[in-house]
Amino acid sequence: MRGSRLKTREKQAWKWSTTWPLHLMLLPGIVIVLVFCYLPMFGLVMAFQDFQPHLGFFRSEWIGLENFRLMFEYPDARQVIWNTFLIASLKIIAHLIVPFVFALLLNEVRKIMLKRVIQTFVYLPHFLSWVILGGILLDMLSTDGGLVNQLLGLFGLEPVFFLGDGTWFRITVIVSDVWKDFGFSTIIFLAALAGVNPEMYEAAVIDGANRWRQVLSITIPTMIPIAVVVATLSLGNILNAGFDQIFNLYNPLVYEKGDIIDTYVYRVGLIGGDFGFGTAVGVFKSIVSLVLITISYRLAYKLAGYRIF
Amino acid sequence: MHYRSTSYRIFSIVNGIFLSLLALLCILPLVHVLAVSLSSSTAADANLVKLWPIGFTTDAYKVTLGNDRFMSSFGISVLRTVLGTGLSLLLSILVGYALSKEINEFKGRDMYAWFFVFTMLFSGGLIPTYIVVQKMGLINSIWALVLPGAMSVYNTILLMNFFRTAVPKALEEAAFIDGAGHFRALRSIYLPISLPSLATISLFTMVGHWNAWFDGLIYITDAAKYPMSTLLQTIVVQRDLSSMSVSADEIQALSNRTVKTAQIFIATLPIILVYPFLQRFFVKGIVLGSVKE
Repeated sequence: MRGSRLKTREKQAWKWSTTWPLHLMLLPGIVIVLVFCYLPMFGLVMAFQDFQPHLGFFRSEWIGLENFRLMFEYPDARQVIWNTFLIASLKIIAHLIVPFVFALLLNEVRKIMLKRVIQTFVYLPHFLSWVILGGILLDMLSTDGGLVNQLLGLFGLEPVFFLGDGTWFRITVIVSDVWKDFGFSTIIFLAALAGVNPEMYEAAVIDGANRWRQVLSITIPTMIPIAVVVATLSLGNILNAGFDQIFNLYNPLVYEKGDIIDTYVYRVGLIGGDFGFGTAVGVFKSIVSLVLITISYRLAYKLAGYRIF
Repeated sequence: MHYRSTSYRIFSIVNGIFLSLLALLCILPLVHVLAVSLSSSTAADANLVKLWPIGFTTDAYKVTLGNDRFMSSFGISVLRTVLGTGLSLLLSILVGYALSKEINEFKGRDMYAWFFVFTMLFSGGLIPTYIVVQKMGLINSIWALVLPGAMSVYNTILLMNFFRTAVPKALEEAAFIDGAGHFRALRSIYLPISLPSLATISLFTMVGHWNAWFDGLIYITDAAKYPMSTLLQTIVVQRDLSSMSVSADEIQALSNRTVKTAQIFIATLPIILVYPFLQRFFVKGIVLGSVKE
């Protein structure tokens, strides 16, 4: 009797009469995603065409992999791919090390008030846009009397052309990106540290471990699994060097060393009107990213049991 | 005990000073901008201003707030933030609720889930998306800024996980036995329980809309309809004043360093105002469940 009732309930759950509201709830989301995410994917055919806007998708000439061949032959396109990879990798490494060390040090601050104030300040830049920060940096880094160059002057140093010299531009991009987000990235480590059982430290003290020993044997091992997840998941971002930031900081002087795939697609593809070529570069990036994200999620699951849902 | 050893005490002090300096470094640029915006133009242009205004005056703010173009873009940003956040939240709640059901309750759940998750992994990219928005006739419409990003899969997954873990199954079953449907259960049980999570998501979405500038730059061709972040991008970053239909005198006034910093500060102000609430929520939201007293 009980078994049969369960069965009917299970059957009911499959029935349209009970699940139709769920389908209905999904409908608006599906429509938006279909139109603005899936529909553009059909536009990817442009990558294989000599796309002319007035001819459209159907009458533009098919040129096979020509756009992709150009991409690997154009010296500037190759440079752009290299820039993207280099800047993104350096950012990923910096974003792993700095928050890790910062979380370790912050964990040693015993005065709760001081800790809160520090946290409040370091999280803030994360919420400011690169337009605002770009405006601030352009002002502070300028060679004619920007605050930073004035400061360098106090130490008798020559003014540095931070945003006009390729190498300095890259350094500025990485440092300012770390500056913006190191605080926020720390949260995940602090959350892990908050979960450590205090008895572990007490036991260590009884065993005669000093604070340094405790950090080595308890604090750091607690953070390692999270660090592994962060590291593997960031692998998928190896071609995301930060469009917003670069776009708001760069200028023609540093295109050679500062241009990344996303800014290049915008300039050559959208502004320059070379839709087919721009799309091909975009497709290249999307496919590489898809492969890397898939690998990184698998790795994160294997190494640390991480799953999205 | 070991906290009292001399070497640890020295470390503590050095560490505290170092981290405090680091924290100050995170807000000093903003303080500098505020100081410049409140200084006289002569002092600002001579690069005399550091962290405290010199020749205090609020003229830069008067010029900025008196500029119709700037104020209307402020209004557009507010409208966009309200519309965008509302719509985004609604979609995330509906989809998140439906996807929070187990596969044996809701056939097709996994298929739907992958339909959404795939868009996180692969996208059409900038140019095809632009063409779609253009073909739909959304250029120069506020909907071009709201609709394309309205469905945030990331937020939806967050909510879905929250619904799954925070809402007691027994409560829901009781409601169903009392004759409630899915819509009723969502409204009367799921939403009230999920308020902290909803607050976190809406605040993040609000900040996202307020800060968004790139879509304004490509989808809005009539500069009179720019949201504020886009307008700011063109004036402050690109140094292009053509989007401001103003006289030569006004251009002179607007390109002034003090006025630019005033604009930057006005754009930052709403964020600084919601920031204390935001911080309370997100730290709780993320640390929740992992804290042991």
